[in-house]
Amino acid sequence: MKNFGKRFGVMSSLGVTMGHFFNTYIVDLVKGKKRYRTTEGIEARRQSDTEGIFTIQYPEEQLPLPEEFRVLPFLVYDEGENGEKNLRCTACGICSKVCPPQCIWIYRATDPATGKPSPHPAEFHIDIDICMNCGFCAEYCPFDAIKMDHDFELSGYTRGESHVFGLDTLMKPVSYYESIRPANAAREAAARAEKAKPKA
Amino acid sequence: MTEATLINPLDTLVDQFPSGWVKKDERPGYSGFIVEREHLLEFARTMRDDFGFDYLSMVTASDYLAEGKFDVVYYAYKTIGGPALIFKVQVPREDAVVPSLVALYPGADFQEREVWDLMGIRFEGHPDLRRILMWEGFEGHPLRKDWKEPFYEEDVKPYKSRWPEGKPVNADDRNPFNDNVQYPTGFDPERWVPEAETLLYSGLQRTTHNEEFKTDELIVNMGPQHPSTHGVFRMVVSLQGEKIVDLKPVMGYLHRNHEKIAERNTFLQNMPFTDRLDYTTSMSNNFAYALAVEKLMGLQVPERADYIRVLMAELTRIMNHFFATGFLLNDLGVYFTASLYAIEERELILDIFEEISGSRMMCNYFRFGGVVRDVSDEVLKKIHNLVYDRIPRKLDQFDAYLTNNEILRTRCEGVGVLTADQAIALSTAGPILRASGVPYDVRRADPYSIYDRLEFDVITGNHGDIYDRYLVRVAEIKESIKIVKQLLRDIPSGPILAGKPAYQVRVPAGESYGRVEGPKGEMGFYIVSNGKPNPERYHVRAPTFINLTSLAPMSRGEKVADVVVILGAIDIVLGEVDR
Repeated sequence: MKNFGKRFGVMSSLGVTMGHFFNTYIVDLVKGKKRYRTTEGIEARRQSDTEGIFTIQYPEEQLPLPEEFRVLPFLVYDEGENGEKNLRCTACGICSKVCPPQCIWIYRATDPATGKPSPHPAEFHIDIDICMNCGFCAEYCPFDAIKMDHDFELSGYTRGESHVFGLDTLMKPVSYYESIRPANAAREAAARAEKAKPKA
Repeated sequence: MTEATLINPLDTLVDQFPSGWVKKDERPGYSGFIVEREHLLEFARTMRDDFGFDYLSMVTASDYLAEGKFDVVYYAYKTIGGPALIFKVQVPREDAVVPSLVALYPGADFQEREVWDLMGIRFEGHPDLRRILMWEGFEGHPLRKDWKEPFYEEDVKPYKSRWPEGKPVNADDRNPFNDNVQYPTGFDPERWVPEAETLLYSGLQRTTHNEEFKTDELIVNMGPQHPSTHGVFRMVVSLQGEKIVDLKPVMGYLHRNHEKIAERNTFLQNMPFTDRLDYTTSMSNNFAYALAVEKLMGLQVPERADYIRVLMAELTRIMNHFFATGFLLNDLGVYFTASLYAIEERELILDIFEEISGSRMMCNYFRFGGVVRDVSDEVLKKIHNLVYDRIPRKLDQFDAYLTNNEILRTRCEGVGVLTADQAIALSTAGPILRASGVPYDVRRADPYSIYDRLEFDVITGNHGDIYDRYLVRVAEIKESIKIVKQLLRDIPSGPILAGKPAYQVRVPAGESYGRVEGPKGEMGFYIVSNGKPNPERYHVRAPTFINLTSLAPMSRGEKVADVVVILGAIDIVLGEVDR
C-alpha cells in the first residue's frame, strides 16, 4: 500500500476526491442537522479539525465577525441625560489628515458669540466610495470619537450623493460601539478614567 | 568566478577603475557609486564578470527636479549572497539617455521599459523600447515630478480642502476630461482610431519554414480577457502550427500609477496601499515597506513585534503557495477541485488575519517600528493547531492527490524549462529562481528581521521546469511550518511598537531599499526621502512583474496549451504586475 501512490498516481488522486465526496455525507450523518444554521455549527466548521462541508452558506449563515473587523468609519456620541447627543469629535482634523485616500471632509463650527472656531464639527462628510477601510482614522483619533463599523451589507439603489455620508448617517451612540467592540470600548473607557483621575 | 567574487571589494572599488569613471555617492543618506554614463557598460560588465554581481535585482530612476537631473539606480547582488552593489547614473533631464544593460542583464528588459514609460529616460541599445504600462498614445511620462494627473489637487497630502473647511465634492461631478488632462496635440477623442499595433506585432520572431509538414503561421492574442491569464493580461503569441515561436506579454490594463499616488501620500498613508498590490501577500508587502522606511528612520523593532512580523509573513507564504499550487491545477484544466481543496487552508489563515488585523486580505497590519496590535494567546493557539495538525495533514493529502499523478507529471515535467544561468540572468526571483537550482533566498542571502536565528532550508529544484516549481512550493510550505513552530516556541512577551503611535513620522533625508523574500519572490521598496512628510521617490520592485521577463524564453518552443500552465506557474497577480 505504501508505494501505491507512486505507481498508480491517478488512482490515488481519485481516491482523495472520492474520500472528500463520501466524507461530506458521513460527517453530515454523524453530526446531524445542528451543523448548519446554528452558531455552534458555524463555529465548529471553522476549527482546524473540521471535516466535510466547509462553506458557510451566506446569507442564510454568517461568519461571526471578530471584534477588530473594520468597514467604514462612524462617529461616536455619548447620550446625555435629556437624550441629547454629545459628539465626542472635536474637529481637530487628525482623521482627515491621516486618511490615505482623503475621503473625510470636516467643516469646523464657529462660535456664534465670538466668531472663533469652536471644537465641534459643523459638517462631517465621508465619501464611502473613496474610503479604503484602512482604519487609520479610528486608530489615530485622540478622542475615541471615530470608530470602524461592522456593518458590511451596504448595497443600495443609488450612488453618488447618497454615498457621501453626512453627520446624520455617521453618528451612532456609544452603546452601539460598546456592543460591536466590547473589549476595545472597555479598555478605552478605563484609559480615559485613568487620565481624568489626577485632575479630580 | 574569480577570487575577487568571494571577497568584498566594494571599499576599494573606485581605485579599480580609471579616475573619473566611478565615484562614491557622497550625498548624506545615500550610498553606492555614481558611474559616468559613457562607462556604464564597461563598469557593469566588470562587476558582473570579475566581481560576481551576476544578479541585477532592480532598475529604477528618480527625478530630482530642482537639480535638473535624473538618477538611474541599479541594485545588483551576488547569487552567493551578501550586500548590494548600488550604482547610479546621473543624466540631465533634457538629455535623458542611458546605455541599456539588457545585453548584460536580460532581466533589465521590462524594468528599463518601465523607466522609459514612466520617467522618460531612453535606454540606448534596448531591443524593444516601447511603453509597457501606459498606452502607446499617452502624452508625457507620469512619474516625472512636473507631470500632473487628472483630479490633481495638490502636490502632497493631506489636502488643504479637507479641513477645517471641508466641503465634499461628489466624485461623479469631477470631470476627468477637464483642465489637467494632457492629450497629444491635435487629439480628438471622437475621431481617434486606435493604431494597429504594428510595432508590437513586427517585433515578434517568426519562422517561415517548417521541415516536417506544412503549417500556417498564426498570430494569436491570448487575453486581455482570458480565463487563464489570472486577470487582465495579454499574451501575443506567434505560432507555427501549435508550436510557439515567440511571445510578447502586454500588460498595464490594471495600471493605476501606484508610485505616483505614493509620492503624493505621506509615509504612513502608503501602508494600506501596499496591501493592494497583491491581495494574497499583503502582510509581506507591509513587511518590505516597513523595513525600507525603518532603515531610513533608524528604528529598532521590539523583539515581540519582530516575531509577530515573521509569523505573519510565513503564514502568508503558506497561504500563497497553497493558492498558487491550487490554481496551477486550475490552469492545467482540472477546473476547481484542486483549487478549492487548497483554499480551505487559506480560509483558516485568513480567519486569523481577520482576527488580528481586522481585514481578511487588506491587512494593513504593520507600522513603522512594530505592528498595530498584539496577537492574543487564543490566536496563537489557533496558529498552533494549524501548523501542528491541520496543514501537515492537508499537505500529505495534497501530496497524495497531486505529486505522483501521472497527468500532472506529464503536463508539467520538462515544460517551461529555465536553466540556472537563464534564471539568474533574467532576474527571476522566488520559487522560479530556486526551482532552477539557484539557492538564492533573501531570508538567507541577506537576512532581515530575525531570520538569522531561525532554522530552515532553502529549497531548490533540479530541472527548472513547472513540476519542480510545484515541488519547491510544496516544500516551502513545509519549511514555513518549521519556521512558524520555532516562532511559536520562542515568542517573547513585551511591547509590540517602538515608541508611541504617531500619525506623522519624521523620516530623515536619504535613500533606502527594503526587501523581503515574499512568497512570489524578492519584494522590495526603494524609497527616497527629502526630510519632508512625503516620500520624494517610491518604487516597488514587484517580483511578478520582473518574473514575467522570463515568460517568453520559457515559452519558446512549447505548445500553445502549455503557455497557460507556464504563466500559471509564475504565479502572477496583476495588481502587482501593473501597479
